[in-house]
Amino acid sequence: MENVNLTIDGVKMSVPSSYTILEAARANGIEIPTLCHLKDINEIGACRMCIVEVEGARGFVTSCVGKVSEGMVVRTNTKAIREARKTTLELLLSAHDKKCLTCVRNKKCELQTLSEKLHIDGIEFEGEMERHPIDNLCPSIVRDPNKCILCKRCVSMCKKVQEVGAIDTMNRGFKSVVGTAFNKSLGDVPCSLCGQCINVCPTGALSEKDATKDVWKALEDPEKYVVVQTAPAVRAAIGEEFGMPIGTLATGKMVAGLKRLGFDKVFDTNTGADFTIMEEGTEVIERIKENKDLPIITSCSPGWVRFAESNYPDLLPHLSSCKSPHQMFGAIIKSYYAEKEEIDPAKIFVVSVMPCVAKKAESEREEMKVNGLRDVDAVLTTREAARMMKQAGIDLSNVEDETFDNPMGEASGAGAIFGTTGGVMEAALRTVSEVVTGKELEKIDFEEVRGEKGIKEATIKLGDQDLKIAVAHGLGNARKIMDSIREGKCDYQFVEVMACPGGCVNGGGQPIHDAKTRATVDVRALRAKALYDADKSLPVRKSHENPVIKEIYKEYLGKPGSEKAHELLHTHYHAREYFAE
Amino acid sequence: MKTIEELNEIRENTLKEISLRKDINYKGNEKHILVCGGTGCTSSHSAKIIEKLNAHIKEKQIENVRVIRTGCFGLCAKGPIIIVRPEDTFYAMATEDDVEEIIEKHILNGEIVERLLCKDVDGGTVKRLDELNFYKKQKRIVLKNCGMIDPENIDEYIAFDGYKALEKVLTSMTPEQVIEEVKASGLRGRGGAGFPTGKKWEFTKMAVGDQKYVACNADEGDPGAFMDRSVLEGDPHTVVEAMAIAAYAIGANKGYVYVRAEYPIAVHRLQIAIDQAREYGILGKNIFGTDFSFDLEIRLGAGAFVCGEETALMESVEGHRGEPRTRPPFPANKGLFGKPTLLNNVETYANITQIILNGAEWFSSIGTETSKGTKVFAVGGNINNVGLVEVPMGTTLREIIFDIGGGIPNGRKFKAAQTGGPSGGCIPAEHLDTPIDYESLAVIGSMMGSGGLIVMDDSKCMVGIAKFFLDFTVDESCGKCPPCRIGTKRMYEILERITSGKGEEGDVEKLEKLAKNIKASSLCGLGQSAPNPVLSTIRYFRDEYEAHIKEKKCPAGECKAMTKVMIDKEKCRGCSICSKNCPVNAISGELKSPFEIDQNKCIKCGVCIAKCPFKAISRV
Repeated sequence: MENVNLTIDGVKMSVPSSYTILEAARANGIEIPTLCHLKDINEIGACRMCIVEVEGARGFVTSCVGKVSEGMVVRTNTKAIREARKTTLELLLSAHDKKCLTCVRNKKCELQTLSEKLHIDGIEFEGEMERHPIDNLCPSIVRDPNKCILCKRCVSMCKKVQEVGAIDTMNRGFKSVVGTAFNKSLGDVPCSLCGQCINVCPTGALSEKDATKDVWKALEDPEKYVVVQTAPAVRAAIGEEFGMPIGTLATGKMVAGLKRLGFDKVFDTNTGADFTIMEEGTEVIERIKENKDLPIITSCSPGWVRFAESNYPDLLPHLSSCKSPHQMFGAIIKSYYAEKEEIDPAKIFVVSVMPCVAKKAESEREEMKVNGLRDVDAVLTTREAARMMKQAGIDLSNVEDETFDNPMGEASGAGAIFGTTGGVMEAALRTVSEVVTGKELEKIDFEEVRGEKGIKEATIKLGDQDLKIAVAHGLGNARKIMDSIREGKCDYQFVEVMACPGGCVNGGGQPIHDAKTRATVDVRALRAKALYDADKSLPVRKSHENPVIKEIYKEYLGKPGSEKAHELLHTHYHAREYFAE
Repeated sequence: MKTIEELNEIRENTLKEISLRKDINYKGNEKHILVCGGTGCTSSHSAKIIEKLNAHIKEKQIENVRVIRTGCFGLCAKGPIIIVRPEDTFYAMATEDDVEEIIEKHILNGEIVERLLCKDVDGGTVKRLDELNFYKKQKRIVLKNCGMIDPENIDEYIAFDGYKALEKVLTSMTPEQVIEEVKASGLRGRGGAGFPTGKKWEFTKMAVGDQKYVACNADEGDPGAFMDRSVLEGDPHTVVEAMAIAAYAIGANKGYVYVRAEYPIAVHRLQIAIDQAREYGILGKNIFGTDFSFDLEIRLGAGAFVCGEETALMESVEGHRGEPRTRPPFPANKGLFGKPTLLNNVETYANITQIILNGAEWFSSIGTETSKGTKVFAVGGNINNVGLVEVPMGTTLREIIFDIGGGIPNGRKFKAAQTGGPSGGCIPAEHLDTPIDYESLAVIGSMMGSGGLIVMDDSKCMVGIAKFFLDFTVDESCGKCPPCRIGTKRMYEILERITSGKGEEGDVEKLEKLAKNIKASSLCGLGQSAPNPVLSTIRYFRDEYEAHIKEKKCPAGECKAMTKVMIDKEKCRGCSICSKNCPVNAISGELKSPFEIDQNKCIKCGVCIAKCPFKAISRV
């Protein structure tokens, strides 16, 4: 790549010719404010915050999309620019529901931060505001269009990355609003509930449906035995909510924090993930043997399951019948564990702390009940768990590490990597390979399924047979695979899909970072690295070697795929109406 | 597929049949009755007139008479218009009941139906089209075929030199020569901004791309504008031909015409033209046996004003929500489907064939130093000759409004003319002698725009006018960028406040500040020009704003909130007509004594003012 020379605010610099003015400025420590810009996803120049003056150009130039050129002279901080930005921001604020103190994004809002940075000390042009109903009918996501600034980051994420298109801009001009088809609730349109929209929203217009109140209530109820389980990806991110660097593995601190909140037991969903591998691995081996409904596709990601139910109802037999790990684990807690500890399962309240908002809706599904009891009673996102801790005065950066409770607190390294793209596949391969060949693997790191490529393909040697596999993350990539299956052009036998780009480490329930951080730090890679490090540090790295798992199968479930296992750990799917009545 | 020779044959044969339309000295015994089939005349039932004319001709077995439905003649105020050729008799405001008389008297007996002849504004009756003052200062290049040919008949287009320019280009000119010719002509974009057309063609030709497109902007959205519509309705082939020439010049093989669905007649005729051109092999593969191939498709817009903005138009053609993109990249480099695209507006294209046939020198001899050729205006509002006019650049507003337009009706005074639609400005009487060209209009705070020209008399409140245009922009803003989406709304709110008598000291300054920001910060031309109507009215009519704010008075008496409707006791005869017509029963009184209006009930609708036979009621 050729470099070009330019000057920004008097600073001479040489940057690749592919750079935008914004990128060039950032690379040289010059701050240009943005609101709508989301690198590679939403580069539409809509918000007018990043305007700059370029010598010789007619009018202001939009720096987030304007490319650098040789000899360019840019000014980002002139009176005209400051005034224009300030007036535009004031206009945005004049049409924004400024309930900052009671907003879920208070102090984490890009609009608020920018107001502070641009020194907004009053709003000169107050006026009418459009009032829109808040959609809080859906079990996962709440939409408050009154806080929306129409940056369209959510729309681009949903349409361009996830290829779901559940939301888009409607109406024109001042009446413009981001909404759903026929103004239905998100739960009644083909939204996958992945929550990526929440992660990219600069304001509080999108948030998870709050479950903290339900959990506080359960914790305060002396009749309830409240168990919490935490998904693999949570420990790789929750520290960020307390100021720890991105990618800090905070397992022990997280456990300590949860114990201080008053949970009776703190278990590890990674153990649930080990169950998933036992069940799913068995299913994979059987299906390949029978050559039935191949490729078999993983089903741990409820956003993905919902996407398949809405968009590929004809291909649902391809999905593994396994419940997702936390649902399996909930079922085990309310059956095996309840029996063992002699607790009435009806009194057990299972809370899952998840990097995900789709799991909220998943836990409410009718199929996720055993004997009329929900496997999981409440799902908290990573953000909500941190919120509860803060409310209780717990600062994770100042607590001593603690360990998960036993007997359900021991998990394999395979369970740990479930939280990143390729992790489920790698965990499954470790087990499937050894079960099929009867030999111990020489190398258990399957590097070919790791990393950020949208669709990763590989052929794995299983003794004398070849296993063709693929890993897709982000629903846009999943769509490509599903389309090829539909067209009869897919020769994979086993596919892993995670709804969120990067997998659960970048789930819709994870700590939110602003657009600039997203553009300059590879958040999901850092979090994934934390999980791979955790895997490496564990003595047991294969699910079938986890002593807890072995014990429970021996004592209670019988073989993987047994009748009992099916009753507790498997589920089924149904075609979903595109637009529910 | 027709060869050039076959086209020439068609040209010669058809010209024999229709030469009487142009030849005043025609001595044959044929007559053509031309009836306007433009949108205006069609909505005053010209189709019925045509139907009845044909029925009579058939019934009476009249030979040598043809009825032709043409495009717009321009003088829409007098429609439906019927012109009988070769004598050029101009019948105005005809109805189907007049048909029999026209047939009996004029066609069969050669006597002109005097009562149907057009009355000019000065009161004189005119027999012939060219006697009308309306046409005297006009020069028709773009509209040359409008009202002259049957737009649904390709042969008639061919007869008047149609597709000759394409033939010339394909057989004797290189793409570079075509671009040079257009550049030398000085033609500038007629869509509003006035970018040099030849340069645009050159940029698109030079752009790197395996696929290029030409596109035509027929998304005419200014309130009161109907120039592009009239060209497409009256002479669709000229656009098809010009687009083929442009495609040849820049290296495209595919074109799109983006036209609003609210123009059903234009869409219909354009589709017919495309189909006919395909049938003749003028569109399609290897046109005229050369290796140039080109085809054309219509894309319908849903009437969003912003889709007239070039990048929003492209988004819409591609099937997305009509929202502008940031520029650069400009469409010449990255347009439709990410490929280099040449976009011109209908009127720009309509000049092309004439430039090719008559040469750049001829074209550049018309107009002013910086603005060459002619400009079509849709003239409306408080003017006698509402209609479509085409004048050489450099003609003054006064000439258009008073000489061509026949001045202001009802004895009122001229107050302002608005050009450039919601992006333009209001021009006061002091600038009536400004010659119309791109630069001069910009200097006086307006713009050429696409050609809407709305004339306002002294009964119009200029704050109200500004509010009207801003209301339009608020409604039509796409909503993508905050300065336009929210800023125009806030400006509108201030104007609303001022016109309802609640204006505050400093409101004008607030408007100016907002306007400045919206102009500077908006993403596209819509927002960047949206404040113009407000700024230009502040510039020329600041005293009116101040009267509203400081004295709570609307000098024009238009702002209802600041006026009272009063009955003049001296003039009132107590007839009770006002009270009977009042929709809110606000007027009462005893017969033959002066009536009174209950100001608490009055909604200031003005019905009583209109109904009073003694002009005793007025706004004060």
